[in-house]
Amino acid sequence: MSPSDTPENTTAPGVEGNAADAPLIVFDKVVKRFGDLTVLDHLDFNVEAGERVTLIGPSGSGKTTILRLLMTLEKVTEGHINIGGEPFSHMPRGSGLVPASESYLRQRRKSIGMVFQQFNLFPNMTVRKNIMEAPVHVLGLSKDEASERAAELLDLVGLGDKIDAHPTQLSGGQQQRVAIARALAMRPEILLLDEVTSALDPELVAGVLDVLREVAETTDITMLCVTHEMGFARDVSHRVLMFDKGQIAEEGHPDQIFGDPREDRTKSFLKSVLENGH
Amino acid sequence: MSGFLDFEYTGQIMPDLLGGLQITVQATVIGYAIALTLGLLIAVVRRVPVFGSLLHFLMEFIRTTPLVIQLVFVFAMAPANFSPFTIGVVVLGIHYAAYTAEVYRSGIEGVAKGQWEASRALSLPTSRTWGAVVLPQAIRKVIPALGNYLIAMFKDTPLLFAIGVVELLAVAQQVGSRDFRYVDTFTVVGLLFLVVSIPSAILIRRLEKRYVAV
Ligand SMILES: Nc1ncnc2c1ncn2[C@@H]1O[C@H](COP(=O)(O)OP(=O)(O)OP(=O)(O)O)[C@@H](O)[C@H]1O
Ligand SMILES: [Mg+2]
Repeated sequence: MSPSDTPENTTAPGVEGNAADAPLIVFDKVVKRFGDLTVLDHLDFNVEAGERVTLIGPSGSGKTTILRLLMTLEKVTEGHINIGGEPFSHMPRGSGLVPASESYLRQRRKSIGMVFQQFNLFPNMTVRKNIMEAPVHVLGLSKDEASERAAELLDLVGLGDKIDAHPTQLSGGQQQRVAIARALAMRPEILLLDEVTSALDPELVAGVLDVLREVAETTDITMLCVTHEMGFARDVSHRVLMFDKGQIAEEGHPDQIFGDPREDRTKSFLKSVLENGH
Repeated sequence: MSGFLDFEYTGQIMPDLLGGLQITVQATVIGYAIALTLGLLIAVVRRVPVFGSLLHFLMEFIRTTPLVIQLVFVFAMAPANFSPFTIGVVVLGIHYAAYTAEVYRSGIEGVAKGQWEASRALSLPTSRTWGAVVLPQAIRKVIPALGNYLIAMFKDTPLLFAIGVVELLAVAQQVGSRDFRYVDTFTVVGLLFLVVSIPSAILIRRLEKRYVAV
């Protein structure tokens, strides 16, 4: 499954027959403010099921905020997010919609996984326990099933021999690969990746990106990826969204965005990324 | 009678004093168990918006009034079927829970924000977020601070004397007024306190090394 198989800006392979073939993720005039600061300003965009989208843009343009809204780590100020054709930031009540309750969100976010820049493994648990925790206590898998799943996923990320290690005994790159395995253990429909290689020493970046390439090639998980790794973005994503000041400045196929950017803001951003050695 | 301590006399009063010491140690251990569990409960519940603030105010009040006054007050108010020991231990436990709650709280606040966010990203139920992720990390960090309160409590148990608990100090007082040998008696009492608290302190330092080193 190579990105060039899909026409730009449209449906990716593996679209599930969900509610009337609506896009998997819909941002509908989403506004996010922190106090006086407007981070997302009436943002509209869709992501199709199975699509892999890379978000780029200058620092502070709201990329992390978008992922955090989807992970329900933040709440929208205005507008709506729908997932799978159903309200996500809101929930139905009576004939209208009200902001989603905690228990509604708890149900809805199970299909979403996130990998963080700082890994955020649980240091008080072994690698195995880190991966088993949610499958056992959220999905209700038995300990044996979850342990087996942990072992399989660790093989996938090339860390089968570290299953009984503690996170503190691992390099940053290894920790991040465990974090990816931990997120995948929930069999998420959507995977959110926020600068997952930014905290790593340069020599460890490639190992993590290889794992993500593998995930992209072998699954149809919808991926939203914030990254400065332009080569990776070009290889893996179907579409690139260039953000600036809380809005989409330009979007398109990675070959177009990276090879022939049309907006000045995209050009100057890509230039600055290249100069900073990413 | 010669030298610093009269061994014969010390031997005579020792059984009584050890009986008192046993009560003191019991009061400390039970009171400490109450302080540890109640303090943890308070530290968690304190994060509930309105109720938590009320609780915080109450704890502030407990910390800023003397323990001996709390003891005497509760003893006076409590129904007669509660023994002085029971009342003493409970009040001691609650008093120190006001301190351990603060210790736990600092431990909880010290747990990285990313741990909460990762728990949420995995949709962990609240009970697992607290029980498997946050508290194990928080408690590990504050074990030394909690240990220090064990010794502090041990040194405060003589206050139970004020409500008639026959602990070490009360026994010493009885022995002293019987034999009029206060200096000998209280020297032994002091030594007995040392005999318990020094090994405890060493043990706590060990725990501290073991847990903080991670
Ligand atoms: N909890 C918060 N409270 C206040 N301001 C916030 C909060 N979270 C983010 N912001 C602000 O919102 C803006 C957008 O932040 P965001 O993290 O989404 O940017 P980003 O595009 O991910 O940037 P970077 O490339 O630096 O990671 C920034 O100005 C940031 O300071
Ligand atoms: Mg960011």
